[in-house]
Amino acid sequence: MKQGTVQKITLFALFTVLCILILVPFYAVTIASFKPGEDLIRYGLNLRFDLSVMSLDNFVFLFSGDHAYFTWFFNSLLLTVVQVTLTLLVSATVAYGFSAYEFRGKNFLFICVLLIMMVPFEILLLPLYTLTFDLGLMNSYSAIILPGVASAATIFFFRQYLRGIPKEMIAAGRVDGAHEYAIYVRLILPVMKPSFAAMAILNGMNSWNNFLWPFMVLSNENKYTLPIGLKTLLTPYGNNYDLLIVGSFFSILPILALFLGFQKYFIDGMTAGAVKG
Amino acid sequence: MIKKVLYSQKVAPYVFVLPFVLVFVIFWVYPLLSSFGMSFQKVTLGQEAQWIGADNYTKLMGDTIFFKAVRNSAAYMILTLAILIPFPMLFAVLLNNKAVWGREFFKSSFFFPALTSVVVAGTIFRLMFGEMEGSLINSVLGLFGIEPVKFLKGQVTGYIALVALASWRWMGVNMLYFMSGLKNIPDDYYEAASIDGASAFQRFTKITIPLLKPTTIYVLTISIYAGLAMFIESMMLWNGNNSPKNIGLTIVGYLYRQGIEKNNLGYAAAVGIVLLLITMIINLTQLAISGMFKKED
Repeated sequence: MKQGTVQKITLFALFTVLCILILVPFYAVTIASFKPGEDLIRYGLNLRFDLSVMSLDNFVFLFSGDHAYFTWFFNSLLLTVVQVTLTLLVSATVAYGFSAYEFRGKNFLFICVLLIMMVPFEILLLPLYTLTFDLGLMNSYSAIILPGVASAATIFFFRQYLRGIPKEMIAAGRVDGAHEYAIYVRLILPVMKPSFAAMAILNGMNSWNNFLWPFMVLSNENKYTLPIGLKTLLTPYGNNYDLLIVGSFFSILPILALFLGFQKYFIDGMTAGAVKG
Repeated sequence: MIKKVLYSQKVAPYVFVLPFVLVFVIFWVYPLLSSFGMSFQKVTLGQEAQWIGADNYTKLMGDTIFFKAVRNSAAYMILTLAILIPFPMLFAVLLNNKAVWGREFFKSSFFFPALTSVVVAGTIFRLMFGEMEGSLINSVLGLFGIEPVKFLKGQVTGYIALVALASWRWMGVNMLYFMSGLKNIPDDYYEAASIDGASAFQRFTKITIPLLKPTTIYVLTISIYAGLAMFIESMMLWNGNNSPKNIGLTIVGYLYRQGIEKNNLGYAAAVGIVLLLITMIINLTQLAISGMFKKED
């Protein structure tokens, strides 16, 4: 046998093992969503595929509507859509300001963008909490959306992308008599479309899965997002495992479907910061 | 007149960056300053704050639970760095070989865990590391004749679960970082080295590792940040912010406990400032050592 073949088989075996290790939790949660909650309480999460205890009961319950699951689901959807739209528009505008002009204070402001990426957001939890309280924004989605609307990582990504756009385009726009904002809206925004896709996906994923800050802001069950709702199914007084496990399983499906459709954009968005352009 | 000024090339850039300036001042500078101020006060929500000088900091230095939290966060950071940098780098190099069967399939499968929210991932891992003999990890250990382990009741075993969760979620993402870094290394380098008779190991240590440096620094920076700021993972594994003997308590967990659960906001603010200092010192030192500041542009 040629050495290349041995090498190929070894690598394939290595990655297969790694792949199994990584996918096992998904398999376990999938089969668990077909088992009664008491099975989870008694045996924990396991790999036993046992048709005699498996049924569609959890799914029937999930879709029967005798709980707030789909309220949380649609809240998450709404919040994600609004948050992503605003964040992309605002961040793109800021990034364009940084890339198209030379102005006083530009370097200082850009260092501030980079600094934000290095300060743990968590240390702002308390002052933001009191600020939100003072502004009367408790229990509102604005309190979740506003602090992240000029997202440092997104601004950084768009700026890197805009560096590749020739300055002549802007000059040509000026010669044609377009004013500064018209140039941005009519000439630049359309060119940015591909970068919007990557950032929409990345921001969407983060927003869909965001937990800590929304958890602190939202107190009304009807306003909960999906992760918060799922978290509240676990209480010190007992856990609603039937709904929790099937709800967890179901919450992964939309984003998984999105991923399978738009893999390239997930990966572009994710790895955007890693390589200095 | 106003329109003319607003539309001029001198003013337009400021209009474009204005949203950032507003967000930065309102949601970063102001909270940061007020956090700093709060750390010198006794603050309870709804009551007049009281100036108490450096008392919070003095108290913090004698607080054994706080130091427990710092040790936990540091251990988590070091363990995740030790696993989530060398292994993804090695796997990325191996998977970068176009001859690997099912390469695209593996790449996407490894990414899946990053799609899950920490709430869902934490729930799954809590149940997998359950103490019953039937739960996943214990049933595997059972195959080797090992008695069921109460993972979440002990410091070391608890951290095994925590680090397993982190490794599971980020292994594939870090691999992707390294793979996109590898794209920037020209093939010629490897060909030239092969002609000169360099072994695969030599090519890895002499070409790949040095040229992956920018990617490694990036991954290192975000991992230090994420490691020190970890909280929700622990909260999900232990179903709350209270673990037996605080084995899962992290710095942010302590900040949350003091600030939100005990309404002791001034003291919690001091915890936050210490966390900020630790993060900045570690990251700036790391960036200085790796020479990031010298070759900036």
